[in-house]
Amino acid sequence: MKTKRHGAVIGLIAAGALLLTACGSDNNAGNTGAAQTTGESSSPVECGGKSKLSAEGSSAQKNAIDTFVQAYQQRCSGSDLAYNASGSGAGVKQFIAGQVDFGGSDSPLSESKGEVASAAERCEGNPAWNLPMVFGPVALGYKLEGVADLTLNGEVAAKIFNGTVKKWNDPAISALNSGASLPDKNITVIYRSDESGTTDNFQQYLEAASGGAWTQGAGKQFKGGVGEGKEKSAGVAQAAGAVDGAITYVELSFAQDNKLSIAKIDNGSGAVELNEQSVGKAIDGATIKGTGNDLVLDLGSIYGASTEGAYPLLLATYEIVCSKGYDADTAKAVKAFLTVAATDGQAGLADAGYAPLPKAFQEKLLTAIEAIA
Amino acid sequence: MNERTVAKRPAGTGTTGARGGVPAARPDSEAPIPPTAEADNRSHVRPGDRIFKGLATGSGIFIVVLIAAIGIFLLLQAIPSLGLNHVNFLTSREWSTGDVGDMRFGILDLFLVTVVSSAFALVIAMPIALGIALFLTQYAPRRLARPFAYVIDLLAAVPSIIFGLWGLLVLGPVLTPIGEWLTSTLGWFFLFDEGNVSIELGGTIFTAGIVLAVMILPIITAVSREVFDRTPVTHVEGAIALGATKWEVVRTTVLPFGKAGYVSASMLGLGRALGETIALMIILSGTGAAFAWSLFDGGATFASKIALAAPEFNDPRTAGAYIAAGLVLFVLTFGVNAVARSIVAGHKEYE
Repeated sequence: MKTKRHGAVIGLIAAGALLLTACGSDNNAGNTGAAQTTGESSSPVECGGKSKLSAEGSSAQKNAIDTFVQAYQQRCSGSDLAYNASGSGAGVKQFIAGQVDFGGSDSPLSESKGEVASAAERCEGNPAWNLPMVFGPVALGYKLEGVADLTLNGEVAAKIFNGTVKKWNDPAISALNSGASLPDKNITVIYRSDESGTTDNFQQYLEAASGGAWTQGAGKQFKGGVGEGKEKSAGVAQAAGAVDGAITYVELSFAQDNKLSIAKIDNGSGAVELNEQSVGKAIDGATIKGTGNDLVLDLGSIYGASTEGAYPLLLATYEIVCSKGYDADTAKAVKAFLTVAATDGQAGLADAGYAPLPKAFQEKLLTAIEAIA
Repeated sequence: MNERTVAKRPAGTGTTGARGGVPAARPDSEAPIPPTAEADNRSHVRPGDRIFKGLATGSGIFIVVLIAAIGIFLLLQAIPSLGLNHVNFLTSREWSTGDVGDMRFGILDLFLVTVVSSAFALVIAMPIALGIALFLTQYAPRRLARPFAYVIDLLAAVPSIIFGLWGLLVLGPVLTPIGEWLTSTLGWFFLFDEGNVSIELGGTIFTAGIVLAVMILPIITAVSREVFDRTPVTHVEGAIALGATKWEVVRTTVLPFGKAGYVSASMLGLGRALGETIALMIILSGTGAAFAWSLFDGGATFASKIALAAPEFNDPRTAGAYIAAGLVLFVLTFGVNAVARSIVAGHKEYE
């Protein structure tokens, strides 16, 4: 465990170093006017305004925000942002109460809970926008001796996580993995015992992609009724890594840290591996449910898509901002931060376990950020 | 009244004669001080007394008001949610509060897991703590007893998250073979039945109870040690004079004298075990299955359940369901303490 910890720390430092170098080169490119391949640095950032922004919310995007903050400090010296990862619920609450400049949440503001209305009140009568800035791929991580390559689909995943499929050599699994020798072993399902957006998104995925095999519904509590709950991402990943025959859903970086094998997902047009391209493809295929610059995603369009080569199991987290109604200083800083996040900040995301934004989607976000006043 | 009498008596006796002016009227100098002297000096309470009395009374009132305020707060927050509950709050094992329109929550499993894990911890910790306290006060050489006691007190200062991680990562794997042996050989007894979570992962009440036992050990030990240390020397010497061996001295003087203190120390420990949050949140595995009275079941206690959900509270009605659970824990702890008080009250042989 100790070595693992050290590994994580070193990894973090390495990621940070990578990020710094990445930013450095971006700046240089900007100075010389040379066309950088990504074109990220070409996007102008108007630094200034409030020097210390505050934000609060989802812990799922905490590491992404950390890389954004590093990029932000690089790009706009003297500016900073404090992010308190106290959970989506708290983020929305604090945003509505005007305690923080923007909120982070795993789900968009809810109309039925009255969050949309009270957020508009906080923004002095202007609507609040949900900007899906951070996408985290969720891995189906498993540990099964002798099986390094496994393909599942929505339906079989649903059956595993609600207890219909109990053995690794169940015909439903072998049908998707012809040729693999699956052991006659019990499947130990590990789920999140705390309430989390990851669980919510995972269950929404199962609902959308299982073709009716998942009847339990969605929500922040796991409803499969089988298996064993562990606390937080670190807990489930650690537990899944400790038992042969275990499977769990967890953010990619945790699965990697605990050396879990990661299942491919067959969305109907072939098995898809979890990688930057496959996730980017899924984000590109997303349709927007919100109006104008309120970029609420229709998650069904990601989860249910059968686009070839798109990895459907994603966690989308939003930044919740005021469209108008900030004072001038705050508006300027919020815009600067979000612009940096959507451009320079993308470079370090992959190392932190997130998916960088694909180009087309990035344009949409930048348009929305530009419109904040 | 008493202290005033004591405080004023010298002044009273000093002035009676002079003021009365008739010493002859008091033939017997042994006569009690006339009550009038008391009445005269009624207003002369010393400021120190008044301040101290005020502070003491204030503290007493403060704590009562505080506890009442907690109780009322819990009740007020819980009532609206209880009204929205679709199942019986006390007898249901379900816990689903995500959908406000269809909240179903019951505390039966939480209650049982909380009580069983704490009771198990107490069963382990009580005899060990008794042994340590007796060793420190009766057997250990004086020079050794002091540093030894400090070391045990140090256990109480370890943060519970450390205990939790230790339980999960270190103790859990060590206990796995023991757990497997217990379930395979003593499985016919309901406590050692195969549970609803895997023994391999160690997220059982068994692991949790042992960690809890370690956590409450210093509390029980420290209080018992103080009590045993105060056994009147005359009793001990009397027993020795009658030819008692060391064990007989302990059995006939120290234990009867310290029994009440030992029991209340244990109840103090039980209180901590019932309310322990972080360690249990980390150790105990969640489960969808019902609690079946096995030590190898998983589940959640009141406190750990609340802590697991707290970061995502964004609706007062959902939060209210958890607060209702908290209210039950509050009442449970209150009940445990009341029982402990009555036990102690019934055993005050030496007071």
